[in-house]
Amino acid sequence: MASLAPTFGRGAMTNHWNDIKNADVILVMGGNPAEAHPCGFKWVTEAKAHNKAKLIVVDPRFTRSAAVSDLYAPLRPGTDIAFLLGVMRHILTNDKIHTEYVKAFTNATFIVREGFKFENGLFTGYDETKRDYARGEWEYEIGEDGFAKVDPTLANPRCVLNLLKAHVERYTPETVEKICGTPKDKFLKICEHVASTGNGERSMTSLYALGWTQHSHGAQNIRCMAMLQLLLGNMGVPGGGVNALRGHANVQGITDLGLLTTALPGYLALPSQAEATYADHMKTRRFKPLRPGQTSFWQNYEKFFVSFQKAMFGQAATKENDWAYDYLPKWDTPYDVLKIVDTMYEGKLNGCIAQGLNVLMASAHKGKALQGLAKLKWLVVIDPLETETARFWENHGEFNEIDSAKVQTEVIQLPACTVAEEEGTFTNSGRNIQWHWKAANGAGESRSDLEIMAGIHTRLRALYAKEGGAFPDPIVNLSWNYARPEAPSADEVLRELNGYVLEDVKDPQDPNKVLMRAGTLVPGFGALRADGTTTSGCWIYTGCYTEAGNMTMRRSTDDPTGLGVYQNWGFVWPANRRILYNRASADASGKPWSTRKKYIAWNGSRWTGPDVPDYGPTVKPEASVGPFIMNPEGVSRLFTRGLMRDGPFPEHYEPFESPVANSLHEKVASNPVARVFKEDWKEFGKADKFPYVATTYRLTEHFHYWTKTHLINAILQPELFAELPEALAKEKGIGPGDWVRISSARGAIKCKAVVTKRLPTLTIHGKPTHVVGIPIHYGFVGTARKGHATNTLTPFVGDANVNTPEYKAFLVNVEKTTAPAGAPSV
Amino acid sequence: MATLQSLDIKRRSATTEPPPHVRGNAIEVAKLIDVSKCIGCKACQAACLEWNDLREEVGYNTGVYDNPADLSPATWTLMRFTEFDNKGNLEWLIRKDGCMHCEDPGCLKACPAPGAIVQYQNGIVDFVSENCIGCGYCVKGCPFNIPRISQADNKAYKCTLCSDRVAVGQAPACAKACPTQAIYFGSKDDMIAHAEERIVDLKERGYANAGLYDPKGVGGTHVMYVLHHADQPELYAGLPNEPRISRLVELWKGGTKPLALAGIGLAAVVGFFHYIVKGPNEVTEEDDERADQINR
Amino acid sequence: MQLEVSRRGFMRLGGAALATSTMSALGFGAGEALAASVRPFKLSRATETRSTCPYCSVSCGTLVYSLGDASKNARAEIMHIEGDPDHPVNRGTLCPRGAAILDFVRSAQRLKHPMHRAPGAKEFKRVSWDFALDRVAKLMKEDRDKNFVAKNNDGVTVNRWPTAAAFTTSTQSNEAGLVTYKVLRGTGIVGIENQARI
Repeated sequence: MASLAPTFGRGAMTNHWNDIKNADVILVMGGNPAEAHPCGFKWVTEAKAHNKAKLIVVDPRFTRSAAVSDLYAPLRPGTDIAFLLGVMRHILTNDKIHTEYVKAFTNATFIVREGFKFENGLFTGYDETKRDYARGEWEYEIGEDGFAKVDPTLANPRCVLNLLKAHVERYTPETVEKICGTPKDKFLKICEHVASTGNGERSMTSLYALGWTQHSHGAQNIRCMAMLQLLLGNMGVPGGGVNALRGHANVQGITDLGLLTTALPGYLALPSQAEATYADHMKTRRFKPLRPGQTSFWQNYEKFFVSFQKAMFGQAATKENDWAYDYLPKWDTPYDVLKIVDTMYEGKLNGCIAQGLNVLMASAHKGKALQGLAKLKWLVVIDPLETETARFWENHGEFNEIDSAKVQTEVIQLPACTVAEEEGTFTNSGRNIQWHWKAANGAGESRSDLEIMAGIHTRLRALYAKEGGAFPDPIVNLSWNYARPEAPSADEVLRELNGYVLEDVKDPQDPNKVLMRAGTLVPGFGALRADGTTTSGCWIYTGCYTEAGNMTMRRSTDDPTGLGVYQNWGFVWPANRRILYNRASADASGKPWSTRKKYIAWNGSRWTGPDVPDYGPTVKPEASVGPFIMNPEGVSRLFTRGLMRDGPFPEHYEPFESPVANSLHEKVASNPVARVFKEDWKEFGKADKFPYVATTYRLTEHFHYWTKTHLINAILQPELFAELPEALAKEKGIGPGDWVRISSARGAIKCKAVVTKRLPTLTIHGKPTHVVGIPIHYGFVGTARKGHATNTLTPFVGDANVNTPEYKAFLVNVEKTTAPAGAPSV
Repeated sequence: MATLQSLDIKRRSATTEPPPHVRGNAIEVAKLIDVSKCIGCKACQAACLEWNDLREEVGYNTGVYDNPADLSPATWTLMRFTEFDNKGNLEWLIRKDGCMHCEDPGCLKACPAPGAIVQYQNGIVDFVSENCIGCGYCVKGCPFNIPRISQADNKAYKCTLCSDRVAVGQAPACAKACPTQAIYFGSKDDMIAHAEERIVDLKERGYANAGLYDPKGVGGTHVMYVLHHADQPELYAGLPNEPRISRLVELWKGGTKPLALAGIGLAAVVGFFHYIVKGPNEVTEEDDERADQINR
Repeated sequence: MQLEVSRRGFMRLGGAALATSTMSALGFGAGEALAASVRPFKLSRATETRSTCPYCSVSCGTLVYSLGDASKNARAEIMHIEGDPDHPVNRGTLCPRGAAILDFVRSAQRLKHPMHRAPGAKEFKRVSWDFALDRVAKLMKEDRDKNFVAKNNDGVTVNRWPTAAAFTTSTQSNEAGLVTYKVLRGTGIVGIENQARI
């Protein structure tokens, strides 16, 4: 997400599941949707069956997605950027880009400052001691009128497109083959398929997931695809887009709601301690347009912020107290998952709540997480299931070695309902907010997450009201107007998410006319105000529950155009737009790029089509307002200015554990700004002891660490295994079903061996390199066979922008072994 | 008359009396398994276990993706995975194995227990557990090696094609669940027509030998496959190239009535079946010779 | 899977076959056997509820079938789950996880009661909701009151509680999510995360 927003303006899947069927080329890379999202993958098979689409899969493993592909190519884990910059080079040098689109709808023509350079693997402004860049020079030339300078002729060598051409020049097919191990002929064939969509007649969709995010350069993997899709003109069109296939059922919703360390709901920012006052916070969020007449929608930030504070703190948020600005904590540093675990490990965390997140299994480097948990004073686990995290203090021999008696952590388990046992909404990957109804009460005494959190709050609030304590204000004044304070209903919270009008809003033209009545639901985010007269728990969700009713319950199966839009099924944020940036499906004059890809077009008086235009509905094409309305430029960014920590263009960096040197720039091997904690530098392995490249992944039969507790899933895939290429197995004398020991610099696991042709031995820098694959899913709790935790092996380093751990590329050794103690020898 | 009148019986094991057959216009159903669209996700297996209330013991990893390791009394369908190196291009052939619901069912013909195996007019071949005596002849009679005998209750089990769902107008659980329409359910005519379209698509994508597997040796089946390599069905975890019922079974079938009415010496029949049960499952020339001998 | 049929066993079978054939010849109908042949459809009058699959972000529509008709004296028990044919994305299909949600609901590892593990203890003990929630509130308040940072070293009001963190779940509803946000952020916790990053 941290690469889509800097490119397009919003960090979300741009198209949606049904739209995949409109694609002509489907590039699956950095994901494995046939296994991770089978029912979404259905629309890939539909595109193949009804649109003659070609499915291309690029993956270190020949996956179940690859099994039904038209073209498969392997690559070494962690080298996707080299591959994709190679594809970009191919379409740029062979003039296969959609030039008109690129000129009109991207910042290709924008002129970059003279000070910006890329040399020896580093962009301008690197500070080695801080492991960070000063990003001031990564900026456009600004003219005297205050707007960015552009050169529509692209003659200026400092134009973004020209800088990009120069940047990717090094990524020849030979270089790609050397770094990635992808055979040149396969690479070029893929380039041709991709290039076939750079014309407005055909479109390509990109489907990716954690195969791209879980790298020390994860955000830049995705950036490559975002750029490629812009060069091809595949953004905003049916069957196009950069489609982040998200993991959990409501990970989109929970991200939208800002349950992340430095976020507020709706992609607003939690203020940092550098922003001492409300004015400080607003100062940097004025988002003035960078080109004349652009929408720059974030100019409305304050309306959304104030409406949120009113939802959060109600009457306690006033103009006088800057809308209770001080009630919000101000962060010193982001506490992402790795940082929280590191803080635990350092002994600086006393209490932790683990609500449905099995952190012992999900964090990188299980050993570190285990030691961290044991240093907590208390741990509250909210979950429908028994988890390893709740039982971290139990000794399970080599599966979880710990001296229980010495663990002084107090643990409380609170049983939660499953989805079928509660009501409310989930937001799917395509941003569709859909209501689910309750089928039965939860097992035993289990309660819904909503009720559990309310139970904690009402008791905490009562304690503070009675006893006082440290700054009780945000707790005792938390807005809590629910009919049953201890058990709010999902219906009333969804209304709160949508937002209310607090005071009558009158028509500025006619003061006798009331536009919105106090107490009614806000009709859309356009109605939100910065004067404290509206509330909204999450501004992008406004419109989901209006005076017309709960829009998330809508279940119309009508799809008049057959494009799979389903405009009246659920409610899609923002404003029920199904394809983001859909204005870009028409050219500058408002005419569709092609009849085949017709979606939103100008009819002479307004923008029409099967979807809600992601644009002012009556803004004339002549106004030259760009289709990327969130960006101050109005266009999308091939060059992200200073919005990404590790560079405005992607660059190939090796994983932190790599079998080879970085052949492009030896001194800058890995991402120079990825954060590494002090203790962890010494825990990176080298190829002399750990010669094989390893990657971890999910299996279709399981979902993370839950389904091992479900009998059917345990039957379908009962036991932890590792996949080894035939050549490696032969070298080591390992046969199918043998026990193997896999070790990294951080620990070792034992599991069964699956010897397969589907994992490659690649030629990297001229040398044969074996790739080993290890699924996650197993642990010491469950119905499936007890197994080692795969995260025992994974390195504690994250992506430079979002700190997602590098689960996908690290080094291991493999040996034949015998069954672990306590495991039957079958 | 069957109580569930939507499924009229066409044939019944070890029964000479023909079932009522005035209502003979039922739609023949079929399940089409398009191997070229199968992602091996095992949704069909999960849905089968869930719908049919089947759960077997959790097994082990044996070095392959196939789990459970084989069909069993509680595993009526199973994905079988084969890695095939097709002249340098890897293919992962994944076939959903299970009862083929033969038009000419070897199991039914071999079954000596009256009414333990029935064939409905819609083509479904179903085991009626109450009547099953656990003899295992169905196993011998099946050219696809499908039925399994339970150690727990000594009865034979296999896919019912969700006869309980089909009887009320629903698709089988596996077909409904399949995410990619690799399993498609409908009338046999429609399924053949759909398969033809799929074969055109596969040929366009370079699979020159794509084709439909609806083997004539068993009178055609109500579970059919679309294969990318229809010329080599054995590639798909040993799918028989030309399956047919052993002539021994044919003989037994033909001999039931004479046995009952004319009283042929029991010893000969015992010897005959002893051979069937002990012997190999494949039909060999030797079998046929032996069948001819007995017939004489 | 091969069953050994003993000679004696076979003779019994032969006898059974003979007897039945004879009965058939005598005009004894096959009706009884047919009556039992098809398993009755188990969902005929079960209650059907529209829900969403709890696993990946495809958010497939599901139909949850429960025992009883929601009348006062019938406790709903989830007995079967299949895909919602109307749902535009999954159109009734489900993957191997979604097709097995029933085994999530009925998992042997379902947590059914609040449990408490005292420091150094060897096992969890069952406790009441009141005990558990009071204990959580008390532990939170004690630590918050002790470690709350109102101002940082530069004198800036920061109002944060640095010694606590929360991992929240991406499988809760949006409604639970907003309430979770309010409750946790209201205490001043900065370290609030979910699965989005991992």
